[in-house]
Amino acid sequence: MRWGVLQFPGSCDERDAFHACERTGAEARLVWHEERDLSDLDAVVVPGGFSYGDYLRAGAIARFSPAMEAVAEFATASGPVLGICNGFQVLCEAGLLPGALLLNESLRFTCRQLDLIPADGPIRQGILDESARRPTLSIPAKHGEGRYYAPDEVLDGLEARGQVAYRYAPGQNPNGSARDIAGVRNEAGNVVGLMPHPEHAVDPLTGSTDGLKVFEAVATAGARA
Amino acid sequence: MTVETAKHRELGLTDAEYELIVEQLGREPNDVELAMFSLLWSEHCAYKHSRKLLRRLPTEGERVVMGPGENAGAVDVGNGYAVAFKVESHNHPSAVEPFQGAATGVGGILRDVFALGARPIAILDSLRFGELDSVRSRHLLDGAVRGIGHYGNSIGVPTVGGEIYFEAPYEHNCLVNAMCVGLAKTGKMVRAAAAGVGNAVVLMGASTGRDGIGGASVLASAELGDGDDAKRPTVQIGDPFEESKLLECCLELLGKGLLVSLQDLGAAGLTSSAGEMASAGGVGIDLDVARVSLREADMEPFEIMVSESQERMLAVVEPARVSEVLAVCEKWQTGAAEIGTVTDSSLIRVLRDGELVGEMPVEALVDGCPLYDLEPAASEVWIYGNRRTLEEGASAEDTLLALLASPSIASKRWAFEQYDCVVGSRTVRRPEAADAAVLQIPEAQIGAIAVSIDGNGRRVACDPYAGTVEAVLECAQNLACVGAEPLGLTNCLNFGNPEKPVPAWQLDQAVSGLADACEQLGVPVVGGNVSLYNEGPEGPIYPTPVVGMVGELPDPAKACGSAFVNEGETIGLLGPFEPSLAGSELAKLRGELDMGLPQPDVAAAATACAAARDAVRAGKLSSAHDVSDGGLACALAECAIAGSIGCRVDLQPLRERGCSPEEALFGEGPGGFLLSGARDELEAIGATLIGETGGDAIELAAGDRSFTVGIDSVEGAWLSLGSQAEHDGA
Repeated sequence: MRWGVLQFPGSCDERDAFHACERTGAEARLVWHEERDLSDLDAVVVPGGFSYGDYLRAGAIARFSPAMEAVAEFATASGPVLGICNGFQVLCEAGLLPGALLLNESLRFTCRQLDLIPADGPIRQGILDESARRPTLSIPAKHGEGRYYAPDEVLDGLEARGQVAYRYAPGQNPNGSARDIAGVRNEAGNVVGLMPHPEHAVDPLTGSTDGLKVFEAVATAGARA
Repeated sequence: MTVETAKHRELGLTDAEYELIVEQLGREPNDVELAMFSLLWSEHCAYKHSRKLLRRLPTEGERVVMGPGENAGAVDVGNGYAVAFKVESHNHPSAVEPFQGAATGVGGILRDVFALGARPIAILDSLRFGELDSVRSRHLLDGAVRGIGHYGNSIGVPTVGGEIYFEAPYEHNCLVNAMCVGLAKTGKMVRAAAAGVGNAVVLMGASTGRDGIGGASVLASAELGDGDDAKRPTVQIGDPFEESKLLECCLELLGKGLLVSLQDLGAAGLTSSAGEMASAGGVGIDLDVARVSLREADMEPFEIMVSESQERMLAVVEPARVSEVLAVCEKWQTGAAEIGTVTDSSLIRVLRDGELVGEMPVEALVDGCPLYDLEPAASEVWIYGNRRTLEEGASAEDTLLALLASPSIASKRWAFEQYDCVVGSRTVRRPEAADAAVLQIPEAQIGAIAVSIDGNGRRVACDPYAGTVEAVLECAQNLACVGAEPLGLTNCLNFGNPEKPVPAWQLDQAVSGLADACEQLGVPVVGGNVSLYNEGPEGPIYPTPVVGMVGELPDPAKACGSAFVNEGETIGLLGPFEPSLAGSELAKLRGELDMGLPQPDVAAAATACAAARDAVRAGKLSSAHDVSDGGLACALAECAIAGSIGCRVDLQPLRERGCSPEEALFGEGPGGFLLSGARDELEAIGATLIGETGGDAIELAAGDRSFTVGIDSVEGAWLSLGSQAEHDGA
């Protein structure tokens, strides 16, 4: 089992994600944004940060990078992909996940420890099965553009198919996301994106180890694949 | 009076300074040289009114790796690692344009730290604004907080601490001081001194534009028609993405051992970085401005030499390594150009396409500026005015609520939630969780470091010496609360016009207070920054020495928070706490500020710090919080709110020390620790027992000022900063 963590110019959380991957007991390596060969990898993390400065629109440039083209192929071949924060934005921009992330309702960057509730819909084959055993996960969120948006009929479809991966606990939605959605998955269940940062919840000293459940779930899926 | 002498005055040089330049050059300077001299001989670069005072500061210690004079100070934390840190001001740019001013303040201090080869691991900031009921103050606060967040969040360095005060004397001249802490392998650190005659000088990072040309725009105006000044905005624009690439690029270059030395470009741009590198190395440097990548093609040589465009670094590289250096820069998509050479001439020579356009002895440029003695005169009277905002006869309960809602005391959560405090996976104690931020350093296997930044200008205004001693003690106490022992201190001295007698006296007294406190605590000053001429139309700012301290602790898991943890535990007061209303927040709310503070007992405070630190390290306490603004009542409320656990406290022991009920509740002074834990543990360290934790209210017995208030009520007041900051009315 080997993880790849993408590294764009402007990525911020790639080292943290790298260490979180290692904590699952698997190997991990950084994948430079100009790389195209992911054949040695079993799972991919698209990490947080401000890829290419996020100057046009969060994730809008990173989606065109050679590494993201490779990630799209990897995902099409059922490879597990976890997008965190900016990585979630990139996956939405790339069309690998539905919806979009808009400016927070407060129009301010917000950094806060939050409780996440794993999907309340039917969970069958998604890669987050393992983590769903816990009632809530305490994980920090930190972003300025994290308000999940999709048209109502798309949201209805996501809920019906169990594609909502995580919701913010009642009263804790930090950004005005539709239906308190914190993370979604694709229809096949192998691509997951979430705004909160599980890689910053893998060490009891820094607050919580709940995020490790997310990585372990992806690792299990990666080992199976 | 010739045209030349008129120009030098507009550039801020005195006639005598101009004569000295002529004497040292042996001729009149040309425009390029005059621009360069005017900047390096400015207060900002030459410290001409403060350098003599700063010699009082203790700068040596066993753990000091780099002291004053380098890009940042650094202390040894063991196992081959060093922690570099520095605080710097960006006050005037922030008063003009708070977002970019604060953002580039963060960008600049980050470069100072990674210039040493240290990876930035934390940012803290110390901010001062006018009262929050002013539209201007709310605008400056909002912009500065957004600017700090924009830069720090985007570059992936956590903002882990800081402080904000709101006081009328900062209305026109806000303060934005940013501190950066970095981690380096000691053996990989690099100094700023240029070395090796024949080595290449490489400019890396962003291209050079007309931003931040500052005072030198006078020269531009002389050459261009009226109305062209708009081309020369003097506030720099920050680009954290550019800096993120530059940071990674520089750390990779240093990690591979490809650089001889490295220096950031800050105030006065290429002029100061080339001048300081040459001066420190005892060499000369030739620079060809035609090789500098420009944003605007028609820039004059002097503009290129003084531009303060952000996100640039200057490196000295052995000729054989230049191509490797350029390859790493290309990988990180950061600009790089060989623009000059290290020489044995002891001259800074500026060329354009090989043609000489300026030539100055390094020594005259960098060290030739005269240093001035201050002419201080003590002020016996309070010069800052008073405004009563608390109604007369307010009950003790209403007084506590007013203090907690006072923006300087209220929770700064509204601000710090706009900052990423977790990136980097080091933050063991986040903002507000404890009195100091705690960062783990697993690679060094040394436990953790703790950092804090403090300085209450109002108290320094009341007594510049005692107030500055208090700032150092507060920082040391904050570290003690998490079990940390201080390793080194950095400071930023924000004062008014040093050519006026009262600000001169404040500065002189404050430096003495800083020196004495550091000496007695055994904490070396490893770096700092001076920001003078902070004045508005109504006079100087409060004299504001801001001190940042870094300490070490063996076990971050044992670092205490400020929150009460368990019901039914004993509450104790430790230390030489002698509360007084002098200079207190309550005196401010009552419009009763005046000169004078009790003189702090540094030795007793140091003893208390050691006792608290040892108890925290041994895991014998449940919580630890220093008694600071708003006195014991506010400190108790903060512990209760944070833990959602009330308390019953009797302040009789303080009354027995001669305090009035009001002084016991709201009086301020250094040296006090508010601790909770097991009764016998608190007794063992000599704490005075004053109550116990429990319930959902704060019950305070203080003679005729006794009262009980619910945690919900105090929490509402304490969390009101956001609604005050985002209030739209005038």
